[in-house]
Amino acid sequence: MSSEHEVSDARRRLLVATAAAGGVATVATVVPFVASFAPSERAKAAGAPVEVDISKLGPGEMVVAEWRGKPVWIVHRSKEMLASLTKVADKVSDPKSNRPNQPDYAKNDTRSIKPEYLVVVGICTHLGCSPTEKFKSGAESGIDADWLGGFICPCHGSTFDLAGRVYKNKPAPDNLEVPPHMYLSDGRILIGEDKKGA
Amino acid sequence: MAASNYGKYESDGSRLGGLLEWVDARFPLTSMWKEHLSEYYAPKNFNFWYFFGSLALLVLVLQIVTGIFLTMHYKPDTTLNSAGVPVAFAAVEYIMRDVPWGWLIRYIHSTGASAFFVVVYLHMFRGLLYGSHRKPRELIWIFGVLIYLCLMAEAFLGYLLPWGQMSLWGAQVIVNLFSAIPLIGNDLTIWIRGDYVVGDSTLNRFFALHVVAVPLVLIGLIVAHILALHEVGSNNPDGVEIKKKKDERGIPLDGIPFHPYYTVKDVVGVVVFLFVFSIIVFFAPEGAGYFLEYNNFIPADPLKTPPHIAPVWYFTPYYSILRANTVNFFWVDAKLWGVIFMGIGVLIFFFLPWLDRSPVKSIRYRGPLYKIALAIFVVSFFILGYLGILPPTDGRTLVAQICTVLYFLFFLLMPVYTSLDKCKPEPDRVT
Repeated sequence: MSSEHEVSDARRRLLVATAAAGGVATVATVVPFVASFAPSERAKAAGAPVEVDISKLGPGEMVVAEWRGKPVWIVHRSKEMLASLTKVADKVSDPKSNRPNQPDYAKNDTRSIKPEYLVVVGICTHLGCSPTEKFKSGAESGIDADWLGGFICPCHGSTFDLAGRVYKNKPAPDNLEVPPHMYLSDGRILIGEDKKGA
Repeated sequence: MAASNYGKYESDGSRLGGLLEWVDARFPLTSMWKEHLSEYYAPKNFNFWYFFGSLALLVLVLQIVTGIFLTMHYKPDTTLNSAGVPVAFAAVEYIMRDVPWGWLIRYIHSTGASAFFVVVYLHMFRGLLYGSHRKPRELIWIFGVLIYLCLMAEAFLGYLLPWGQMSLWGAQVIVNLFSAIPLIGNDLTIWIRGDYVVGDSTLNRFFALHVVAVPLVLIGLIVAHILALHEVGSNNPDGVEIKKKKDERGIPLDGIPFHPYYTVKDVVGVVVFLFVFSIIVFFAPEGAGYFLEYNNFIPADPLKTPPHIAPVWYFTPYYSILRANTVNFFWVDAKLWGVIFMGIGVLIFFFLPWLDRSPVKSIRYRGPLYKIALAIFVVSFFILGYLGILPPTDGRTLVAQICTVLYFLFFLLMPVYTSLDKCKPEPDRVT
């Protein structure tokens, strides 16, 4: 029936233009809704640095601080613990910390500012569980006989050494993250901020 | 199948008849009733496996009704109350202890989630048995897979709400799956959570999605699933089309009206189901830790992961597939492979109608290859599900890897073995 009527090109163009304008407006309207999913200003502001007193932390001990809702571990590594780091160097996947999971000042063999203090975010780089400390070495750890101490993730079995370096052939792709941090004095540490003010 | 093919109701002069005539003149009530119930002709040979579609609808109604009542007492709030317990966690305990009959409503809802998956897995298995995914029912199948995806989303979102340890760490792991996506992964997870950690924003948006958005999509998909089914007609255990043989009135010779025949049959299924369901709700609502995990009775603690975390049983097969990927290859992290394989493991169901090349639909007339393949698939699925509950060891990971390969071979080799299979001839009519 419509074939008998002539199609007005001008009106057809107007129709297409109107539909296009409406389409653009609709897509533009989606933007605020999608953007509303992003962290709010309050959530962004919640990342204040945390100060931790480590003066009473003995060798072989660990303390957990909360920073941005995540656990941050501070481990006072004993001499044996530090010695284990070189022994496991060929078993971990990124012994030199070449991948950017730490600030430059922690890109060294112990992944720390001071060798005896390890500061890492206790969140597995696989899927975000918090690994469990397994500081005892050998079969006593329940892992295996030549275990030299470190951490194991309860979710998918990734293991980390005492510098938070991930062992080879484990689900976690990266070493544990070293947060920006600095020493305010010998016994006080500030997590979340370093000298560059990051 | 236009509704206008049906005549309007004409009153017999009674008051009720007059009312129906008045409504029918303004709304297609009689024609809808006939099209979907009293004159929807379903094959006469439905068996046990055909209970689960209607049971899934029943569970949906249970979940919606109990869910509405739960929202009247629940608060999605992670801040600590005066006793130092997160408000959301305390709200669930309040429902369990202080709200009159709240424990029953909550246990029906939490048990209903598991029941939903039991019923839906059996409903899907019925499809694999009798070829319900085959032409001309591809769209019914696709709507069904979409419903399955929605159900998974719904279950995952809902599991965060009690704000226990498993809620938090389960959500943490699943949301972090998206971080495996190259380039945008990390920003995407922050966008999903609305925060740098699973926190109050995450809980609130999951609540909104769980009670409003996903259920709306789910109901829409279920309507589409049933409309598509009623357009082409139901399959049956023989996998033959009843519409090929019709009587002089155009009614399939092997069809019987859905109402009253199958409504009555389904009522029997409903009664038996409610029997079993009630026993679980009243005597074992935690399902030995499989329906409600014990760690979820501990309030969420962002600083401490429970020593062993596992998803609820209905996700464990896919969780096993995720964990089975431990090798980096093709310059891609094992983590990303795990996510890819888990995603494909679910999405591959979409392609089933086209992967299946068998000349017959029903397992009754299929050859040995399909039967063996289906048996291996089901066994692998169960083993993967079982391993997903357990903590990983090297031996278990190897078994999971083998079962993951078998799981995918069921689909990937399907065009081959269904073409080679020695099928028996299909009968002309249902037996």
